[in-house]
Amino acid sequence: MLGLDLTFLNWETLSKFVVNGFLFSLQLTVVATLGGIVLGTMLALMRLSGSKALSIPATVYVNGMRSIPLVMVILWFFLLVPTLIGRPIGAELSATITFVAFEAAYFSEIVRAGIQSVSRGQVNAGRALGMTYGQNMRLIILPQAFRNMVPVLLTQTIILFQDTSLVYAIGAYDLLKGFTTAGKIYGRSEEAYLLAAVVYFVLCYSLSWLVKRLNSRIAIIR
Amino acid sequence: MTWDWKVFLNDDGSGRTYLEWMFDAWGWTLAVAGSAWVVAMLVGALMGTLRTLPGSPWLVRLSNVWVELFRNIPLLVQIFIWYFVVPKIFPAMQQVPGFALVVLALGFFTSARIAEQVRAGIQALPRGQRYAGMALGFTTAQTYRYVILPMAFRMILPPLTSESMNLLKNSSVAFAVSIAELTMFAMQAQEETSRGVEVYLAVTALYAVSAFAVNRLMALAEKKLQIPGLVIAGATGGGH
Repeated sequence: MLGLDLTFLNWETLSKFVVNGFLFSLQLTVVATLGGIVLGTMLALMRLSGSKALSIPATVYVNGMRSIPLVMVILWFFLLVPTLIGRPIGAELSATITFVAFEAAYFSEIVRAGIQSVSRGQVNAGRALGMTYGQNMRLIILPQAFRNMVPVLLTQTIILFQDTSLVYAIGAYDLLKGFTTAGKIYGRSEEAYLLAAVVYFVLCYSLSWLVKRLNSRIAIIR
Repeated sequence: MTWDWKVFLNDDGSGRTYLEWMFDAWGWTLAVAGSAWVVAMLVGALMGTLRTLPGSPWLVRLSNVWVELFRNIPLLVQIFIWYFVVPKIFPAMQQVPGFALVVLALGFFTSARIAEQVRAGIQALPRGQRYAGMALGFTTAQTYRYVILPMAFRMILPPLTSESMNLLKNSSVAFAVSIAELTMFAMQAQEETSRGVEVYLAVTALYAVSAFAVNRLMALAEKKLQIPGLVIAGATGGGH
């Protein structure tokens, strides 16, 4: 009827083609999330610093990144990074650098909103206790801000995981590439695309279900 | 490194210059994004409304499935499925041009996000609005048509703006199935001319201009549709 045949997919095929790609997608997601949050926090602090020399470059960077399609950013980095560092780099490394730099812009907007969600009184209380700017941020504001941000950060991570499939543009070997390669070799491309969709769906849906649960638990505590 | 902007005046091998090719490609980007926007708005409004209907659990379930399905699969995978798998499974779809398949993929993908915003907008309205419609003797359809939807759509215009800009940026993924849009042009022209920086700069600028135009158009719509005295708190939309 549909003419689909999934028998080509056994453990051997999976471990040969798909597992490596899956591990790269996972690694890319984790590195980009952590790197993006660290860089994004720095960008957010620059934007909120009140010093024009810091806030203007950060604003230009964030708005610039957010107005370009991710595929173009991936292509840009793949073109420029080897020229800048003077030696060719692989698609995987290029993709990792790209995603950290790109996601930093999105995470910085989340962190900025999170910092602004902490009430003024908390900031003033910290200063009244004689805390320096650094102490106030580290001990009073950021802990509360990150707590408020957790659900949004996780949602962004789910989107980020889906976006890792776009490394297709430079031919990096990720989860999707693993499935399409296996599909091409066995002449079962259609089945491979469908299976890729199922795997992405199961992963993203269960993660977003977890976020939803977390959300309701946090809502009760507040 | 030196600039070489004259590269855009070179012939691309088919009797047109790279500049002409780029503007053709811009046209395709706008065509894909514009058509997908119409699909996304219509389907998104429908699905978002269905999710709030009182007393129709099956319609609510249907639209929940729709949203979760199209939201949790990467756009690139969805485009591949529409382009390669759907015509195989449904032979009738083989006559449909690739452009239309990509528009459906992008439109349905975005419709899930729009449905979420529409649902949020409707649920953010005070319950009294619905009761007021009922008290006036409106049917459910009339309540939605005259009371709820006009208010809800105004409330969600800011997130719809960012979704529209996302849609424009996401149209770049159409390169993967060889739609002759801007990103496809960027990749091919970069390869043929080896003037990647100039080509990418021009394409990036066109994307930025288009995104800015979308932003201004939506801001204009927001201003025109504003109800005097009604203050709408800015909502934030995530995503890319």
